[in-house]
Amino acid sequence: MKYYVLVLCCCFFNISQSQNCTSTFFGEVHDFHDGTPIIEASIYIENLEKHTTTDHNGKFSIDNLCEGLITVVVSHLDCDTKRIEIEIKGDTFYEINLEHHIEALNEVTISGASNSKLTKTSQETILKTKTIERYSALNLGDALKQVSGVSSINTGNSIVKPVINGMHSSRLIVMTNGVRLQDQEWGIEHAPNIDINTAGSINVLKGANALAYGGDAIGGVIVLKPSTIKLKDSLYGKTIISGQTNGRGYNLNSVLTKTYKKGWYASLQGSLKRFGDFEAPDYALTNSGLNTKALSFNAGYKTFEQGFNVYYSYLNNEIGILRASHIGNIEDLANAINSPQPLVISDFSYDINAPRQEVTHQIVKAAFYKRFKKLGRLDVQYDFQNNHRFEFDIRVGDDRDKPAVDLTLKTHTIRTSIKLDSKNNVIYEFGLNAGYQNNFANPDTGVRRLIPDYEKYDLGVFAISELKINNNTNLDFGIRFDYNKIDAKKFYQTSRWIERGYDIDFSDIVIDDIGTQLLTNPVFDFYNVSASAGLYHKINDKNSIIFNYGLSNRAPNPSELFSDGLHQSAARIELGDLRIKKETSNRVSGTYSYQNNAFSVNLEAFYNNISDYIFIEPTGVEQTNRGAFPVWSYNKTNAAIFGLDLTANYKFNKQWSFNNKSAFIKGRDLKQNEALIDIPSFKTVNVLGYANQKWLNFNTELQSELVLRQNDFPNNNFEVFIPTTQEMLEIDISSTPPTYHLLHFQSEITIDLKTKTSLNIGLNVSNIFNTTYRENLNRLRYFADDLGRNIKLQLKLSY
Amino acid sequence: MKTFKTITLLFISALIFTACNNDDDDASLPVPVNEEEVITTLTATLTPVGSGATVTLQTRDLDGNGPDAPVVTPLGVLQANTIYNVSLVLLNETESPAELINEEIEEEDDEHQFFYQATNNVGMFDYSDFDGNGDPIGLAFTLTTTDAATGTITITLRHEPVKDAAGVSDGDITNAGGETDIQATFNVTVE
Repeated sequence: MKYYVLVLCCCFFNISQSQNCTSTFFGEVHDFHDGTPIIEASIYIENLEKHTTTDHNGKFSIDNLCEGLITVVVSHLDCDTKRIEIEIKGDTFYEINLEHHIEALNEVTISGASNSKLTKTSQETILKTKTIERYSALNLGDALKQVSGVSSINTGNSIVKPVINGMHSSRLIVMTNGVRLQDQEWGIEHAPNIDINTAGSINVLKGANALAYGGDAIGGVIVLKPSTIKLKDSLYGKTIISGQTNGRGYNLNSVLTKTYKKGWYASLQGSLKRFGDFEAPDYALTNSGLNTKALSFNAGYKTFEQGFNVYYSYLNNEIGILRASHIGNIEDLANAINSPQPLVISDFSYDINAPRQEVTHQIVKAAFYKRFKKLGRLDVQYDFQNNHRFEFDIRVGDDRDKPAVDLTLKTHTIRTSIKLDSKNNVIYEFGLNAGYQNNFANPDTGVRRLIPDYEKYDLGVFAISELKINNNTNLDFGIRFDYNKIDAKKFYQTSRWIERGYDIDFSDIVIDDIGTQLLTNPVFDFYNVSASAGLYHKINDKNSIIFNYGLSNRAPNPSELFSDGLHQSAARIELGDLRIKKETSNRVSGTYSYQNNAFSVNLEAFYNNISDYIFIEPTGVEQTNRGAFPVWSYNKTNAAIFGLDLTANYKFNKQWSFNNKSAFIKGRDLKQNEALIDIPSFKTVNVLGYANQKWLNFNTELQSELVLRQNDFPNNNFEVFIPTTQEMLEIDISSTPPTYHLLHFQSEITIDLKTKTSLNIGLNVSNIFNTTYRENLNRLRYFADDLGRNIKLQLKLSY
Repeated sequence: MKTFKTITLLFISALIFTACNNDDDDASLPVPVNEEEVITTLTATLTPVGSGATVTLQTRDLDGNGPDAPVVTPLGVLQANTIYNVSLVLLNETESPAELINEEIEEEDDEHQFFYQATNNVGMFDYSDFDGNGDPIGLAFTLTTTDAATGTITITLRHEPVKDAAGVSDGDITNAGGETDIQATFNVTVE
């Protein structure tokens, strides 16, 4: 029947357009998953009985066609046959995407393929295995800085929190093997508990356009995926070992994977890191050592139609905090700031003493997927995370070895989604997430709880559509609803309760009065709507553009609501506010990309307007027996954050290349009309690279990193009376460190030992000239210089 | 049809998971924490050698790091040209009974030192107690007054000071380092 209609249609066209039969139908056949050309695909015009196959570039062409409608059948050995109706009107180009099953089978990840983008219309960058391996001895935050526009906020050099376009902590989502990391990410001194060695690739998405992961990622999403698993009978692995001069330590990482052709796979990975005190150019950074132990196990079964994955990961991090940063009162802080050197410098040691953190993070995950013919794919996943955080302060007497913070955060999450991808031009995805979280603050610490006991419930539903308008244009839309409920049990000092005015606004939540303290039961419900829209348009082979818009809402985190007390390491009293409401971000962004054989450039611009932006600012001084302390309170304002990220590559020839990454960003507090605090300064990185395959795959890079002084910062300086000197003293906590320039060098060679065994030897030198510098976004910049020169030798054995 | 059965089954199991999680509810209420290391109260008792009235200087901050400021003895009135034997008592009164902090300081006397400073020559200080290394502690000391004057006395307790740094054993805080555990300033008049 269809056939006859077609024939009729063809006749109609043939008549009306007076038999013009000189048109050429040409095009390209690509793999739907990764866009690679498909060779020797059969192109058959059903109604004309004409046939051809694609060449080695996936291209084809058929001459002498009449104008009108044709039915094309495209088939290939490994693919589903596809039938498309195409209107020939003059010379007609068409791009055809085939579902390449073998390709899809090679991926272990639940959605999308590794080393490929998760979205078409977002500002997205991928870090591949090779880059990640280079950062094996470092942190996730260090590796992510390879992406233009991503920086970090540090507490020393081992606690590195990623910052995407000026946003960090609760404004970012970190996904690891499909699990949204829940590890008390709200604190500046809490780095994401991830062993970077578990990742095979990392996708960085700027902005809140990936709604499947969450609706509150005002800054962006970081997606870590395990290495791709190839389905063949094989046993393979790799071992990375490195030693370095700064910190006098080593890093060891090993992974072994067994795969079967039938779809079964199992992978075991472990890593160890041990460093002693790191060194600034002129002195040792006493008590800055690190001890990391990590283990992960990933196994499952996968075919194109169905599969499952079980995953377990364990990470234990013991991190020393610079001894000189532990201070008693504001006078100590003034002394520390004014002292050119840290006030405590001892000889090198591997000991990790107080102040220190010890964090254990465990993830258990089970996931299942099934594909339904002509419908799509269903995913179901359950995960459980247990995060146990100890913080040890310098204490006296019997409390000496007692932690000051002892928090256990348990999170259960269930995710299900269904992706309707049977049609080539449109994909729909619907999903549901539900989560339960329980935080327990151990009272045996003898220190009032920093974060109270609470229970949190989350429910989210989302719908996403990806439309392919034509070969050059893609449109994405998404919408998401989230419900969060937080039910806490918190003790307030009666004096604080009254000082905050809670006795008037929240008298109904007091459940017990024990004299000096009140037990309260704050319960909050938040309803959030998030939406995203994106457009990708390929102007021609060289030029393409992306526009997108994201609306996201973030409910305040426990620290913003409940913080209450003296923060010893910052010498300030931090106060949350029960009255804080959610913040709302409207982000628009645009990307322009140009690419030819030798030169490529990617320019990303964004403007993020956040109303009721939650931030902490100084609001006064309180007197205690230790002395006076500034009070920092969580407050809200309207903020605008905007910037420009540039990535450019130029290949002079086969050997020489040049790369530039620059990021410019500004943040404004629109209510107080001043700069926002903690906005990264302008940074530009220039890399000169030389590679020669003939010399054992020799690869070398000289990297220049220039960070300009941040001149836009709010003045949060304050004056206090110092009893020791009987003077008023201005405490300068605002002034930013000067511009700095660092040079780094790295090089590597790869030696093939046997057919499947190779050895990669890398030599890296960072901060070649042992330059003294301090970084504005390092919390310890008041106390000590940043790291001096480091020489690292790394061996990677692949087998 | 089979497809829908599977989907339904999975969604039901999803709900069971969520339902199970809700059973985790812990009905017991959290117990309050009393700050163990807070020094709420410092009392200096000044006993004159020979005749005269005993003087007490006290700072007391019952909510510890809370918003209420310490309550400080408004004015200490000392006799001119007198030697006072002074002893300190430090308490944590958030606990009941109050914890005597002196014990901890005495146990770890090599890691603690008090420093005394006066303005307008209201007095001179000398340590009366020493740790095992012969370095001063300062829980007991003498205060010597001379002529009539009005000024302040500041008492500072440092934890882990560098006791062998220049001047520290003589009571000079400049090079002491360490962390301040308590710091109190009293108005005094010598008449």
